[in-house]
Amino acid sequence: MLTLLFDGIAYGMLLFVLSLGLAVTMGLMNFVNLAHGAFAMAGGYVLVVLMRGYGWPFLACLPAAFAVTALLGAVLERTLYRRMYGKPHLDQVLFSIGLTFMAVAAVDYVMGSSQVNVQTPEWLRGRFEFGSGALSLGMGAYRLFIIVVCVALTVGLQTLLNRTRFGSRLRAAVDDPRVAAGLGIPVNRVFLLTFAAGSGLAGLGGALGVDILGLDPSFPFKFMVYFLIVCAVGGTSSITGPLVAALLLGIADVFGKYYLPKLGAFIVYMLMIAILLWRPQGLFTRSGGGR
Amino acid sequence: MTAHDITRSLSAPARWRPWEIALWLLIWIVPVVLPQHAALVNEIAILGLFALSLDIVLGYAGIVSLGHAAFFGTGAYTAALFAKHVMPDPLVGLAVGTLAGGLLGVLTSPLIVRGTDLTRLMVTMGVALVLMELANRFDQLTGGADGLQGVVIGPLPGNFEFDLAARTASFYSLAVLFLAFVIMRRIVHSPWGLSLQALRDNRLRLAAIGLSVNARLSIAYALGAALAGAAGALLAQTTGFVSLDVLDFHRSADVLLALVIGGAGWLWGGLIGAIAFKVLHDVISSFTPQYWTFWIGLFLVVLMLAGRERLVRPWQGLLKRKGAGSGNE
Repeated sequence: MLTLLFDGIAYGMLLFVLSLGLAVTMGLMNFVNLAHGAFAMAGGYVLVVLMRGYGWPFLACLPAAFAVTALLGAVLERTLYRRMYGKPHLDQVLFSIGLTFMAVAAVDYVMGSSQVNVQTPEWLRGRFEFGSGALSLGMGAYRLFIIVVCVALTVGLQTLLNRTRFGSRLRAAVDDPRVAAGLGIPVNRVFLLTFAAGSGLAGLGGALGVDILGLDPSFPFKFMVYFLIVCAVGGTSSITGPLVAALLLGIADVFGKYYLPKLGAFIVYMLMIAILLWRPQGLFTRSGGGR
Repeated sequence: MTAHDITRSLSAPARWRPWEIALWLLIWIVPVVLPQHAALVNEIAILGLFALSLDIVLGYAGIVSLGHAAFFGTGAYTAALFAKHVMPDPLVGLAVGTLAGGLLGVLTSPLIVRGTDLTRLMVTMGVALVLMELANRFDQLTGGADGLQGVVIGPLPGNFEFDLAARTASFYSLAVLFLAFVIMRRIVHSPWGLSLQALRDNRLRLAAIGLSVNARLSIAYALGAALAGAAGALLAQTTGFVSLDVLDFHRSADVLLALVIGGAGWLWGGLIGAIAFKVLHDVISSFTPQYWTFWIGLFLVVLMLAGRERLVRPWQGLLKRKGAGSGNE
């Protein structure tokens, strides 16, 4: 029971890191980026290639996955995404589906269509057991590691958003890009950095998730729904909303798959529809602001 | 301008133009002179009907949907199960499939009248996913991932059996598509259809002149759903097979793509898009069968960057000028 809860939290934290970039893009640029999963996949494959092909240690691969996908995100933002900001949502959806199609086919071509695995280091393969009976808690070291990393990231991002100059500029740009630009905030550069950071986080999440979520070229489509659920349910106006939504989703998914293996996903989707009916803007919304 | 002039100018776009009649004649001639491509004609007709149904929802009512396959799949499964367990008559099966799609549309329409584009995107996709999970769960009824087998469809009136070369199927599907097109043409040019387009362009103003926004959205959604159900029923009947694939996300994406290629917001968009999409698919997958999605993706990205109006503008520009000539603008 507690073990399931623990696994659910680990899964949820992972989903949070994966979806955070999407939440920011949606909240900030009002851009529906269905290709977000492609960045996560890119991060995963960076990890796989570096570890297998070049023998890099696991811990060194994680920042590399972040850096490579962030760079990729920055380049794509500059060349392609920027032109799509003002377009209708339908165009954005089709554009990002197109990008995802390309990414899936390209990865399939380069890396092959089979699922890939990596060997996690020895010190992450252990397992801690506490208690007994209904309250027994078994914690996989790898999942514990994920939770630690994700909590650290969350705290770091929260501080960055609330305490730094960049954070206040970002929040200003989210609330009202025009006024922010009028105040001399370089909104375009803020967008660029944020998009790159969001893509990088997705890449990092993808790299962390290789062992848990599995990695193959269909990854972007498989998890697209989950990322979107986190953003739609959590709302995109704060970091807390997606966090709570991701944790809820992770826990519900793990419990659902354990107790009702054939109906697990069904419950998650029904829950999402119900929540969206009840609060179309997501669970957590701020009053005021730009929209 | 007298009342008579206004009536005439409003009804002008509803008249059949010579090129439309010519195009339909051409479409009907294809399966007659090219019987070896009957299977492809059948596929195009089904995708065309499916795209037509999405056009009502997206092009005319302005509802962004990523889960239109929900209705397609419902129609397909209903028609197949009906043929297997109740009676094999294709026409009754088609009616039942259409009704099932429409019913699901009515039931889910309260979900799409609220919220933003993102919410609608999620909810429509969610409905399709829920149905797919259900179809997977009740595999003793639907056959699950293996598909529903043993569906035998009876002959059409006049004793036309469905043959392996899909000749009967191609004419059957084309006839249904033609009927649906004519009916939809009547509907979108009726006062109600005009009010629907007004809603898409400016929701607030429509509400301000005292027309109900939600009722129009719901009816348009149910109408689109019923047509999608008909398209699904056609697929199930002409192939004699249904699997989870009919509810898959890629089906919703494909039909969206087809409609966008042809141009949303006019009835020919779905048909032209379906033809272009299928031909494109056939051509690309003939030289790179595994990676054809890459080129489709590239096409989409370029199309969106360039602006999707540009692809259809030659046609639409022509239409507009013609309309202006008869005092429409």
